[in-house]
Order: sequence, then structure tokens, then C-alpha cells
Amino acid sequence: MGGTNHPQSCHNLPSPTMSEIPLHDPMSARSEILARIRSANRGILGVDREPTADESWRTIPRTYRQNSSLADAGRVQLLTERFIDYGAGVYKCQSVDVAAKVADILQSRTKQKLLVSRDVDPMWLSQDGLKFVYDNELSYSEIEDCDGVLTGCTVAIAATGTLALCHTSNGNRRALTLLPDYHLCVVRASTIVETVPEGFRALEAHRLQPITLISGPSATADIEMTRIQGVHGPRVLDCVIVV
Amino acid sequence: MSPVPAHDFKDSRSPDFPTAALPLLQDAQLRNNLRHATGIIQGKRARVVGEMPDWQALREAGQRIRAHAHEYLDLYLEQFEDRCTAAGGHVHWARDAAEANLIVVQLAKHSTGKVIKIKSMTTEETGLNRALEAAGISPVETDLAELIVQLGHDKPSHIVVPALHKNRRQVRELFARTMNLPDLGDRPEDLAEAARLHLRRQFLSTPVAISGANFLIAETGGVCIVESEGNGRMCLTLPRTLISVAGIDKIIPRFQDLEVMLQLLPRSATGERMNPYNSVWTGVHPGDGPQEFHIVLLDNRRTEVLRDPEARETLHCIRCGACQNTCPVYRQTGGHAYGSVYAGPIGAILTPQLAMMERGQSLPYASSLCGACYEVCPVKINIPEILIHLRGRVVTGRPKALSALHPEAVVMRAMRWIFSNSTRFSMAQRVGRIAQRPWIRRSGWIERLPSVLGRWTRTRDLRPLPAQSFREWFHGRHESSAVLPQSSEPHHE
Ligand code: SF4
Repeated sequence: MGGTNHPQSCHNLPSPTMSEIPLHDPMSARSEILARIRSANRGILGVDREPTADESWRTIPRTYRQNSSLADAGRVQLLTERFIDYGAGVYKCQSVDVAAKVADILQSRTKQKLLVSRDVDPMWLSQDGLKFVYDNELSYSEIEDCDGVLTGCTVAIAATGTLALCHTSNGNRRALTLLPDYHLCVVRASTIVETVPEGFRALEAHRLQPITLISGPSATADIEMTRIQGVHGPRVLDCVIVV
Repeated sequence: MSPVPAHDFKDSRSPDFPTAALPLLQDAQLRNNLRHATGIIQGKRARVVGEMPDWQALREAGQRIRAHAHEYLDLYLEQFEDRCTAAGGHVHWARDAAEANLIVVQLAKHSTGKVIKIKSMTTEETGLNRALEAAGISPVETDLAELIVQLGHDKPSHIVVPALHKNRRQVRELFARTMNLPDLGDRPEDLAEAARLHLRRQFLSTPVAISGANFLIAETGGVCIVESEGNGRMCLTLPRTLISVAGIDKIIPRFQDLEVMLQLLPRSATGERMNPYNSVWTGVHPGDGPQEFHIVLLDNRRTEVLRDPEARETLHCIRCGACQNTCPVYRQTGGHAYGSVYAGPIGAILTPQLAMMERGQSLPYASSLCGACYEVCPVKINIPEILIHLRGRVVTGRPKALSALHPEAVVMRAMRWIFSNSTRFSMAQRVGRIAQRPWIRRSGWIERLPSVLGRWTRTRDLRPLPAQSFREWFHGRHESSAVLPQSSEPHHE
């Protein structure tokens, strides 16, 4: 059945087992795998791989949508619809009203003690009856002990209802939005993009930081394909869009 | 040290596809669950893919990114190693499953006798759990479905929804017994809550976690994991040590390429616009997450697949499971019939290549070549064409090879010729609809085709070619833009 340019027999050779490989020989595993890749690719692509990887990468056709077709209000509207679709709460307010709105939401959710991530503008915090805690090397049980967490986000993607958090070790680490049962995120309208590629352009500068993309509360459909919200992460996600 | 058993990727004693499928076909419960689940995901997928005007452009880009990454695989792996190491990670290389397991077991030995795990097809492929157990380390699966599979001493039946063969009453019974919760309800919420409480303790007390990886980013040395439940984030964030095992095929060139992959994968896998959680990390981040990170780059015959010009695109696969949900054979039999970690159309082409031809021989026949898998594949893997090619290898690879004039070899050559060109393929389908008429039984099913095609129909009753082929329907569909029912949201890695 022609077409393959390598001996048929190589498909029938057993691969080496551990007993045949000298233990503690990591370099040979590495060089052997790389050699196998090179020989496989040489057989198909020829000896001189032209062009270079960078040149070749640039020829990948990217005719998919890369830009917004919506104006600001349209992006806010789309993001709102997506959040509602995921079962997340969505609120809107002017920038001068964020502190009052945050206090309102926390009251209606009966949350009092909130972790505050370092990217939160202190102007968003009102003091009446609420306790805000910054992460000064808190233990996991101290984090779990809080009623929820308040964060900002680096960029929000309307088309997919996605919040992108870029973490830093000084007061904005990943565990903060993971252990508590409630997450309230404040999104500035200016950080909302429409498409996923625009979102990744905004994330490019943060690509070496830990990044978490959050699209609705955690969920599973593992049992009879019925959606259940909040398996391990925060079970409730609310979002304030600052317009 | 204690010997580490290599997982026999496809157990040589496991029955071939037709034998394994027979009892499963008779299990009405399994078939109901399968049809229900795959039907829901298919509908959701069609809806969120249908709303994307640029879906074909994304597929094209996805295919090209994967093909490009594999053409420069050696360079990209070295680059990944370089960047990951610079960021404080440790990179290990494993030629086969046994070597990967040995590395992981040695690293995990310092744990407290157990490790937490995120669902990963790759560690299923290497049989890591058995190796860990043999070394006295218990692996705790943290994914709801994997937990169900593990507690029930069962095997996963689907890439994305591994426990879809179990319904809520069966899960309730299992949890009540194994977690000692006699009063547990059987609403999905009750069951998820039980899992949340059961696992929270494990997340906080286990020092070592093991994961797979969805994408390795050469440019940054970063790793991306796509998930739904948050168990992934728990494992990636809380333990002191994280060990990830990834096939060498998982590499993508640059961070920016995620903008394509993270559009293709969730829509194809679970029919969501985006899955709830995607995590990207790069080596070790001081003050945030595990302070020791290891990644094991696994070959396990992937370089052999790379060597075959007609089958190497099998490695483009991003494990979305869309081809399974759409496959009429899979929807009838479920994953267990394939006797392998990878089931459905992708399993039918991947398993025989990874496990060597003589052991996966019946799998390339476990398909009706209807072409639906190709149409849904987000990275455009031409599964039917590869199936034909592998059938060819089965035929020619037999001892004292059947001669080129053997009827089956002749048919396979004809098939290759037909499948290599989409016009010929469509024409053949139309001819086939006419030519098959004498064999359609009153039930509407073809039970056995004459002579040389007998082997083909042995695996199942062949559904007659529909009056309208999938391709014809698919292309006509855009004009009528059918409204698909909205349904609840399934989720998963
Ligand atoms: S072969 Fe394609 S459709 Fe099937 S699991 Fe892989 S990527 Fe998905």
C-alpha cells in the first residue's frame, strides 16, 4: 500500500522498555527523542528545512476576526449577556459610584469579610460595616476563612464572557480567587474588548505572569450532562462594569 | 527500587473491537446515556460553532499552527526546555510510558503516600496510576468524572466526559458507599457538593499534584490547562510540587497562538464559547503557587507517527472529543469497546499507531467512514483518509502479506483513491447510495455486505448511506441555518 517512505518493519518493532534503557540516563532520552524527530521530519521535509521557524510561523494564515465590530456600548451589552448566560451576576455603575455599588452587592449577598487583591482601586472600598483584608502572606486557611474576594481584571473579552486575571505575588496571587466561595470582579469598560485575539494582544505584555481566564463560575456537567455550578472554585461570581 | 510496570497501552489480551463491542451494544443503559450525552454536546457545539462567521478560518489557522509546530518540533521543544528551565522549571524527557512513569514515581516518592491528579489522557496512556500504586503512592483523581471512574474501579468512556456511561442513581450509590454518606441525595447538586467536601481536604493537605497539559508554549516555556471545575486550578496552585506530563505533540509556537486554540477547543469540546477556567503558568512563580515544577515530555511512539507522511496529522489532535460525539459507531458502542484510552474516530487512528499495528488492528475498521468526524474536527484532521491508510497498513503488514491482488487490498487502494479527492468522495457516496440498495434490510439497516466488504460490516450493522450525505447536509445547512435547541452547559477539560 505504498506512500510511506520508511520501512514497514519499524511499525512492528517493540519500543525499548525500561529494563533495556540504562537508568539515570536523561541526556540520552533527550537526544534520542530529538534525533528521532529530526530523522522523521528530514524524511518528509527534506534536509534543508526552509524557511526558518519564524518566517514559516509568519505565513500561517490568520484570516479569522481580529478586531471589534462593536462600539463601547455594544461591547458592554455583549459582555453582560454572556455573564448572564453563565449564571454570573452583572451590575453597572459610574466610576464615582463603585464603592456604593460594591457595598450594596456585598450586603445583598451577606458578605462582610472580603479579601482585596492588590489591583483593586482603594476608591472602590467603602468602610461601612465591611471588613477588607489585603493578602500579606496569609495562610490558606486564613484565605478560606474570608467570605469572598474582590478583584479587578486586566482585560475582559465580551464575545466569550471572559475575565483575564494576571497575577502577581505581591497581593494578587492565584489562591485568592480560588479558595473563597465568592468572587466579585470590577471591570472598567475601557478594558473590555470584543474578540479573543484582541484579548490576547492585551495579555501579551503579561505572558510570563500566571494568567487565569475565568468565564463564569466553575461548573461541571459530568453527571447526566446537567450543568452544576460551583464545584471547586467560587460558587458565586458577580461583576460590576464601570461605565 | 520497586519495579515500575509499564502500562500495556493497548492490552494485548483485550478483545478486538467486534468482540468487545458486542456485550456493550446490548447494555441498554450505556446506550441511553451515550445517546443522551453525545446528543446534547453535539447540539450545543453546532450552535456555538454556527454563530462564528470565521470558524473555517480558525480551523485553517489551527491546522496550520499544528502542522508548523510539528515541522519545527525539535526546535520548539528545545526552546520550551530553555525558557521553562530559565523560569525555574525542571524539564524531563521520556522515550516511552515506562520511562515517564519512572520519572514521575521518583519525583512523587517524597509525597505523603498520595498525590492529587487532574484528569489527563496522557497519564491514562502511560498507565501512571498503576505505576504509582505499585510504588505505594495512591493517586487521588480530583475531576468529578474521574473520581466517579476511580471510585468505581471503572474505565473512562469518553475523552471529555469520562463518566457518561453512569447515570445519577449509579453515581449516588457509588458515593454513598465509598464516602460513607448513607443519606446522600441523587440530584447532581448533591453529588457535586459531596465531591467538593471530599476533595477540599485533599487539595489542602497533599504536597504533590500531577497534571497533563493542553498546550506547551515554546516561546515562553509556559503551560496551559483548560478546565471547568476548578480542580485543575486547585492542583496547579496549592501543592508544593507540581508534575505535568505532556506528549511532545502538545507544543504551540507562541503565546499568541492560544488565541486560536482557545477559540477552537471549548466550542468543539463542550459546546461552550469558553470553558470556565484556563490557566497559564511559566516555571515557578515565587510567592505564588508550587515552588517546584517538573514537566515530563513524552514521546511514546509519537515520533513514529511523525514519520508517516499520510498519518502524521493525527498528532494535530487537541483532544476535544467532537469526533466521538458525532460518530455513529461510537454513539452505539461507547468508549470501552475500543479497548484503549483513546476511543472513537481519533482512537481508531491514534491507538493502532501508538500501540503498534498488530495490536490495534481491528480499530481502523471501527468506523463507517461517513466523514462526519472530519467535518467537526477543529484542526481539520482527515480521519477517514487516515483510516483508509491504516487499513492499508493492516492489510499489507500481515505476515506473508496478502498480495497486492488480494480483494481487500484492492478495495483499500480504491478507497484511498476515492478519499484522496473530495469530488471523487462525493461521487462515490452518490454511487454508493444506489449500489447499496439490494443489501438494505427491511429494518433499514445493512447487516452484511457481500464478499470482500464482509469484514467491514462485521463490526456493526451498517447504517445505509443517508439520502443526503453529511457533507451535502452540512453545506446545505448554512442556507437554512437550522435553529438548534438550547440546552444546559456541559463542561470539561
Ligand atoms: S481528532 Fe479532531 S475532533 Fe477528534 S478529538 Fe482530536 S481534535 Fe477533536
